[in-house]
Amino acid sequence: MIAILSPIAAIALALAISAILLLASGYSPARAYSVMWNGAFGDLRTFSEVLIKATPLILIGSGLAVAFRCSIWNIGAEGQFYAGAVGATLMGILVTSLPPALMVPLVLLVGMAFGTLWGMLAGYLRVRFNASEIVTTIMLNYIAIVGTSYLVTGPMIDPAGGKYPQTARIVEAAVLPRFLPPTRLHIGFIIALLMAFLLYLVIFKTSIGYAIRAVGINPEAARYAGIHVERNILLAMAISGGTAGLAGAIEIAGISFRLYQQISPGYGFEGIAVALLANNHPLGVIASGILFGALRSGAEVMQISAKVPSVLVFVIQGLVILCVVAFGLYRTHSYRALRAEKERG
Amino acid sequence: MDIAGLALFIQTILSATWRLATPMIYASVGEVFTERSGVLNIGLEGFMLLGAFAGFAATFFTNDLALGILSAIACGLLFGLLFAFFTVTIKANQIVVGAAFNLIGLGLTGFLYRAWFINKAQGIKAFGPINIPVLGQIPFLGPILFQHNILVYSTVALVLLAGFVLYKTAFGLAVRSVGEHPSAADTAGLSVTIIRYAGVLIGTTLTALGGAYLTLAHTNQFVEGITTGRGFIALAVVVFGRWSPAGAFWASLLFGLFYALQLRLQAIANITIPYQLLQALPYAMTLLTLILMRGRAISPKALGTPYQKSA
Repeated sequence: MIAILSPIAAIALALAISAILLLASGYSPARAYSVMWNGAFGDLRTFSEVLIKATPLILIGSGLAVAFRCSIWNIGAEGQFYAGAVGATLMGILVTSLPPALMVPLVLLVGMAFGTLWGMLAGYLRVRFNASEIVTTIMLNYIAIVGTSYLVTGPMIDPAGGKYPQTARIVEAAVLPRFLPPTRLHIGFIIALLMAFLLYLVIFKTSIGYAIRAVGINPEAARYAGIHVERNILLAMAISGGTAGLAGAIEIAGISFRLYQQISPGYGFEGIAVALLANNHPLGVIASGILFGALRSGAEVMQISAKVPSVLVFVIQGLVILCVVAFGLYRTHSYRALRAEKERG
Repeated sequence: MDIAGLALFIQTILSATWRLATPMIYASVGEVFTERSGVLNIGLEGFMLLGAFAGFAATFFTNDLALGILSAIACGLLFGLLFAFFTVTIKANQIVVGAAFNLIGLGLTGFLYRAWFINKAQGIKAFGPINIPVLGQIPFLGPILFQHNILVYSTVALVLLAGFVLYKTAFGLAVRSVGEHPSAADTAGLSVTIIRYAGVLIGTTLTALGGAYLTLAHTNQFVEGITTGRGFIALAVVVFGRWSPAGAFWASLLFGLFYALQLRLQAIANITIPYQLLQALPYAMTLLTLILMRGRAISPKALGTPYQKSA
């Protein structure tokens, strides 16, 4: 019960503090928040946009939850998202003769593979050279972002699009089916839910997940217990990179249909907050992902209708994290509890 | 390119090197103190943005650069206290808190900038270069070393002072022992809490100053996300400089060189390298240096671990 009430209290407090900021800057918090609420939950169309924005956040957040449980601080989901978007776009442009039943999985899996590899690169640098993954993943973010910029202005530019920096449209067979017309809601949302559930099973119900958590709590003790620490670090980077890559692929195949610069409005960074708010629990990530999707979606409407800068969302998100921390929700998981869990079976 | 052209090319790059290294020098020398005391602040990017904005806003409204600098310092102290409260007093996960400060720094500065400065003439009168008499006239070396603004020159004093404080004073010894062996330091009568607060505040204040340099000297205005990853690079610089102020200084200069090279090469019209590959240079070099540092970078033992008094 506390696990559910604390995040709600944290959000309320964060909104209250942000309201002071709004007031001090001459905006009406009541108007800003009501516009924001309507922008997110006003009708079916706005709510479907919330779920569309929640899709990458749930995918990224649930993967990061696994990495954070392993105490691997992957700050690189943004870059892994770009890598996945690049891989998916390549398939969607180059492979032209497959039916949708094969094409959609191909595009998503290749995107996932690109994200996995981009993530594992940082994992390898950590395991082999003891290079802090915090620093390397951030650097790989920048490299992926400027690399994408290079691709869409150079080798992958749409030959029919003049000089406009974007790729050609992916083939129709690669496009994700939509299931709630007239909204844009596509099966990527369902995939995100399934992925969160799958990762929940992996992390809490399998020996693989047990090993990942053991390494996260105390690597020395885990090693002593016969767990291969390096392999689990690589695995944590592979899983979190793969989900971010899949999110990038779904963005291409479900929403944008082509690659351009700034394809991600910061989903990779937001995913960090989504995972933390859910206390790194993949099922909790579904709720926090939808919440953050609503904040982002609502903020865009707020900017247009109430002229309140939408970057306020980052302040709210940062404050939510701090409030969660302050309420002590972000507990350090103890090794003893983990052992007890294993003994119970 | 003839010899004179090449000399000019090298001179242009090297004279930009120190200027471009300056924000990283402030942030990384500060972060050396934070990390040596056992606290990891990955929120440097956010603190740098806060300092950049606070410095700019105060100068814009008062027309006084000194007040701009003071305002950045006050901002670094204030938010630093908050960071220390969470990481040292509450003993929260330092990476989680750092991530939150990055978000708050980006969001708060972006929000206030759009709320206060949109549709306004935006330039301030920035710190100008001080051409040191005689020395500044030396060919080649003059522009490289002696035609900078006060905040650039100050980095030398900063690194010397920081080295002295960290290695030659009782306070420096306390910082280092708290970062290596907090329980032993505690037993010896040091307050781990107070010393870590000090370590955090030195770091956040200097980082905010580094940010203010961007808006008050390097350019004369604030732009959303003006730091473009310099706070994150400063984290790598600390590792590369092996957690010493002098090391951080030289490592920052190396990254300043990468930045300068990248900007200069972009400016050359007849060069065929895509500009994005040049943009990636500082980031790729960061990765490379971390690989080259393998095994030689020994972090403070208690880095990242909140201190829990054993019962």
